[in-house]
Amino acid sequence: MPDLLLELFSEEIPARMQRKAAEDLKKLVTDALVERGLVYEGAKAFATPRRLTLHIAGLPIRGRDVREERKGPRVGAPDAAVQGFLKAAGLASLDQATIVSDPKKGDSYIAVIEKPGQETVAAIAEIVPAVIRSFPWPKSMRWGKASTAGASLRWVRPLHSILCTFGAETEEPEVVPFDVDGIISGNTTYGHRFHAPGAITVRRFDDYVSSLEKARVVLDADRRKEIILTDARNLAFAQGLDLVEDEGLLEEVAGLVEWPVVLMGSFEERFLEIPAEAIRATIRANQKCFVLRDPMSGALSNRFILVSNLVASDGGVAITAGNGRVVRARLSDAAYFFATDKGSLPDLDTFRESAEKLELDLSKPLDQRMAKLDKLGVVFHAKLGTQGERVQRIAALARELAGIIGKDLPDAERAELVKNAERAAKLAKADLPTEMVGEFPELQGLMGRKYAELQGEHPSVAAAIEEHYKPMGPSDRVPTDPVSVAVALADKLDTLVGFWAIDEKPTGSKDPYALRRAALGVIRLVVENGVRLPLFDTGIAALKPVLGTMYYTNKMASLGAVEALSGLGVQDDIIEDAATRFGGSVKAVDIFEDIVPGYEAWADEKIGDLLSFFHDRLKVMLRDQGARHDLVDAVLAGSPSPLAGEGGAARSVVTDEGARDAASAGALHTQAGEGTAPPHPSAAQTPSPARGEGQPSDDLLLITRRVAALSRFLDTEDGKSLLAGYKRAANILRAEEKKDGEGAFAGAADLQLIADAGLIEEKALAVALASATPAAEAAVVREDYEGAMTALAELRPAVDAFFDQVTVNDPDPALRANRLRLLNQLREATRAVADFGRIAG
Amino acid sequence: MSAPAELPDSLNPTRSFQGLLLTLQRFWAERGCVILQPYDMEVGAGTFHPATTLRALGPKPWKAAYIQPSRRPKDGRYGENPNRLQHYYQFQVILKPSPPDLQQLYLDSLKAIGVDLALHDVRFVEDDWESPTLGAWGLGWECWCDGMEVSQFTYFQQVAGVECAPVAGELTYGLERLAMYVQGVENVYDLNFNGLDGEDRISYGDVFLQAEQEFSRHNFEHADTAMLFRHFADAEGECKALLAAGEASEGAIDARHSLALPAYDQCIKASHMFNLLDARGVISVTERQSYILRVRELSKACGAAWLKTAGGGAN
Repeated sequence: MPDLLLELFSEEIPARMQRKAAEDLKKLVTDALVERGLVYEGAKAFATPRRLTLHIAGLPIRGRDVREERKGPRVGAPDAAVQGFLKAAGLASLDQATIVSDPKKGDSYIAVIEKPGQETVAAIAEIVPAVIRSFPWPKSMRWGKASTAGASLRWVRPLHSILCTFGAETEEPEVVPFDVDGIISGNTTYGHRFHAPGAITVRRFDDYVSSLEKARVVLDADRRKEIILTDARNLAFAQGLDLVEDEGLLEEVAGLVEWPVVLMGSFEERFLEIPAEAIRATIRANQKCFVLRDPMSGALSNRFILVSNLVASDGGVAITAGNGRVVRARLSDAAYFFATDKGSLPDLDTFRESAEKLELDLSKPLDQRMAKLDKLGVVFHAKLGTQGERVQRIAALARELAGIIGKDLPDAERAELVKNAERAAKLAKADLPTEMVGEFPELQGLMGRKYAELQGEHPSVAAAIEEHYKPMGPSDRVPTDPVSVAVALADKLDTLVGFWAIDEKPTGSKDPYALRRAALGVIRLVVENGVRLPLFDTGIAALKPVLGTMYYTNKMASLGAVEALSGLGVQDDIIEDAATRFGGSVKAVDIFEDIVPGYEAWADEKIGDLLSFFHDRLKVMLRDQGARHDLVDAVLAGSPSPLAGEGGAARSVVTDEGARDAASAGALHTQAGEGTAPPHPSAAQTPSPARGEGQPSDDLLLITRRVAALSRFLDTEDGKSLLAGYKRAANILRAEEKKDGEGAFAGAADLQLIADAGLIEEKALAVALASATPAAEAAVVREDYEGAMTALAELRPAVDAFFDQVTVNDPDPALRANRLRLLNQLREATRAVADFGRIAG
Repeated sequence: MSAPAELPDSLNPTRSFQGLLLTLQRFWAERGCVILQPYDMEVGAGTFHPATTLRALGPKPWKAAYIQPSRRPKDGRYGENPNRLQHYYQFQVILKPSPPDLQQLYLDSLKAIGVDLALHDVRFVEDDWESPTLGAWGLGWECWCDGMEVSQFTYFQQVAGVECAPVAGELTYGLERLAMYVQGVENVYDLNFNGLDGEDRISYGDVFLQAEQEFSRHNFEHADTAMLFRHFADAEGECKALLAAGEASEGAIDARHSLALPAYDQCIKASHMFNLLDARGVISVTERQSYILRVRELSKACGAAWLKTAGGGAN
C-alpha cells in the first residue's frame, strides 16, 4: 500500500508551537482523508524549527466506488412526485431508473447512483492546500510581494517550499501536484541551515529521514530531546555533577535546534552567592541553558549546559565562550539586584505613614519594601483597591483563620500562631517591589522567603511567605505549617470574595484571575489539613473590608456621597471618620453595613453563590480523582447535620423534594409536605445555605468525609442493595403519590396496625427502622459517617425481605397506606447521610 | 575572526566600531538600499524614523538602511553598567516588500562584519515585536549569536494601526552589542571606536562616557518635569493642529494631505517627552497607560494622513 510524505518547509517556527502544529497537521489531513473514505494504516507527524512533516502509511491508490440506491415513487405516481425523484437522484428520465417489485406495495422506481472512487493523489492535492490555507496557528502572518493582496496566504513565518510524494515502496513515488499561492509542490527539501543548505531530492519517508540525518537534521523532536538529555547527563557526570532536569526547558530547547550539540560552560564562583533559584531563573529564561548541581550537597555548580545547533569547526570553544560571556553579564545584573534588595531604600521617610498603618519595622529591608508597595499605591484591581489595602485585609483574615486553625492549641501556642500568621501576611507581598522579582516574576514568594530569612524572621513566617501562593494546581504540594495554611487561605479567600463582590466570576473558558485555581486551593488546604472552616461566615467576614474598598473607590471619593450620609442622619464626626478611614478600614465598614439598606441580603447572596462555586469545584476535584461526583450532590442535598438544626428553621436546607425541618429528628419523625415554603428567602433561589453557622454545606472537610464514607458504603453489597431498595421505594412512592397526592404518606406508620394485620417482614422493617434511623442520625451528629453507614446497613435484610414478601398495594386501603408510610420512613432514614435519589446507578 | 580583504585594518569591523558601521552601510548599499543619515530628532528606536514608520505604510516598494542613535532615558546607568546605555546606536534596515531571502541576506551581513558562521551558533528565537505607542506589531525573532541577542528581525504586520500591504521586513542591529561581540570586549566603554592603536586609539568611552554620566543626571534628577509636561501637551496640540491643517478641503480636486511629515515630527517629540517623564518617575501606573494611548492616537492619525500623501501611495 502506498505512503504519503508531506513536508512544509518554512522559516523558524516558534518552539512552543511546534508539537501542537505537527499534531494539528496530522489530524486535519487524516480526518479529511477518512471523510473521503480513504482509510490508512498509520500516521505520524514531526516538527523541527524549520519544518512540519507528516507521514501516512498504507493508503489505498483510490477510494472505494460508492453505490447508492435511492428509492422513488410507485410506478404510475403523479408526475410531480416523479419529477421530484428524478431531480433529487440526478436522472434525466425514468429510463435511467430501475423498477423493483414488492409483493405488498407493488412496483416502484429505484435510482442506482454509482460514484467511482476518487484517486488518492487527486484527493491529497485537494486536501493539503485547503489544510495549509486554514491552518490553526495561534498567530500567523503575511509576507513578501503576495501580501499586497488582501487574502494572501498566512503561515506562522514565511513558508518556502512544500514536499509531497505518494507511492508504494516498490515503485517510484509521484509528486502530488498542487500549488498554494505560488508555492508548487515538489520532491525536494533542504538540510541544516549551515551544514547542508543545498536541495535534497526525496522519494519517500525512509530515505527522507536518512537523507536529513546526513544533512544534520534530526527529524523527531523526541529523539532530539533524548540526545540532549543523554549528552547533558554524560557531560555532567564526567565533571562529577548532576543535571538539574527541566522538562519544559528541554522541550523548548529541542524546538530550537535541528542538530543538537551539547556543550558545557562556566561562570565565576563568586556568583554562587546569588540564591540558586535566581541563578537558575536567569540562566533558564534568558539563555535557555540548564544548571548543574553537586550530587552530594545539592548545591548549585558554577557550570551550565548549553545546547547549540552547530558542529563548530573549533569544537565549540567560541560558542562556549560566547554563551559564558552572556551568562556572566546576566548574573552580574542578578548579583546587583540581590545586593540592592538586601540594602536599605532611599527616601525612607516618605514611607513612615505606610509603615505605621501596617505596623512595619522600617529598620528591616523587607518591611521597607512592603511600605514602599503600599506607598506607591500599586493597584491590585481598580475596584478592589491597592496591594496595600489588600495586604491589610489578608492580614486581618489570616489572624481570624489562625485562631480557627489553632483552636485546639494551648493559649500561648495559639497566640504565637496568630501573631506569626499576621506577620507573614503583612510580608507576603513585600517582595513584589524588589529588583529581583521585578526581573524574574516567577521568583515571587521565593525571594520574599529568602529576604525574610536574612532579616531573621521566624522560620514559619519565612516559609509562609513562599507557601501562601500554594497550591498552584491540582498536583502542587499543599502547605502544612499552620502559619502557611492560614495565610494561603486568607490570600485565596480575599481574592475569591473580592471578585465575587464585583461580579467578575469565571465564565466558560475565561478565568483571567485564576479563581477556579484559588477555589481548588482552598478546598485542598482545608481537606488535606483537616481544617474545620465555617466557610460561609468566613466569607461574610472577608466581604466587609473588600466592600469598604469598593465603596471608597466607587462612591466615597465623591463628595456627594459623603454629603448623602448626612442626609441619612449620620453624625458629622462619623462621616469624617468614614471619609478618612474608608480605605479598607473595618471600622468604617461597620458604619457602612449599618447605613446601607439590604446589605445583609446582598452579602448572603454573594457568599451563597460563592459557596455553590466551591461545591462545583469540589465535584470537579473528586471527578478528577476518579471519585463519584454525584455523591457530592447527594450529600449536599441530604439532611443537614442535626447540630446545625438546633437553631431552628432558619438553617434548613432546601432539597428538590421540599424543605425539611431538621429539628424534629427522631425515630418516626414527620416530614414537612411538598410545597412548604422554604424558610429563608435567599435559600429559595439557590441550593446555598442561609445565613447562620454550622451549615452542612459550608464545611468542606465534613462534606468530603461524608462523600468518602458514602462512596465506601456504596461499594459494599449492603450499600448496593440498600440503594436498590431505596430506589424501589422511591419509585413506588412517586407513583402512588401521583394518585393520592404529594405528602399523602407522610408521618409515621401505624405500628398497631402492623402488629394486628401486617406481615412478619413488615414488622421486621418497622423494627429495623426504629433502631437504625436514630442510630444513623446520632452517628452523623458525632460526625461518625462510617457509623452512620453501618447503622443504615442494618436495614438491608429487612428491606430485601420486605420487597420479596410484601405487596405494597394491598387491596385493603389502610394496609396500603401504612406500607407506603413505612417506605416513606425508609426514604427519610437514608437522608440522614445523603439524598439517595441523587445517586446515579 | 577575519576581515574582508579589501578594507584597511583600521576599518576592520572586528576591531573598529566605525568599521562595523561602515561595513554594514556598504553591505546594504550594495543590495539596493538607500543609505540615509540618522533622523535629526530624539527617538527611542530606529523604527521611529519616518523612513521606517511611515514608509512601511502604503503600496510603494522601499529599501533603506541607516544608523539611528536611540535614546532610552530610563536605561541610563551613569556610565557604570557595562551593558546599559541611555543613548546607543541601532542599525536599521527596511525592505518593502520583504524579500524571500531576507534571512540569508541577514546571515550574509553577519559574515560581512566578521562573524564566522562555521564557528558561531546563530539562531532565530521567537520574539514577536509590538510597539504600543506606534500602534504597530509584527512577527519575527531575536537573532542569537552564541546565546547573545544581536539583532531583531521583524515582519511588520501593522503600523500606526494600519495593516501593512505589502509587508515590510525590518532588521535592527544592536551595534554596541554586536561590536562588543566581534571585538571580544566585556565592557561597552572599552570598544575600540576608530580601530587605531596607541595614542591614536579612541574608545567608545572616550566618545560617550561623559555624555552617559551627564544625561543620566539629567534624565533622573534634573529634567524639568513641569516643562516636560508642557512640551508634551504642546507637541500633542501641534500634531493635531497640523493634521487638521493639512487635510484637503472638502471637494478639492487634490484630496491629498499636505502636512503629514511635520505632524509626525510632533508625534515623535511627544513620545520622547513621555519617555523623559517616565524616567523621572512622575507618571503613575494608571497615568502611564493613558499617555501611551495618547501617543498612539497621534501616530495612528499620522499614519492615516501619510496614506493620503504621494509617499503613501495616494495619487
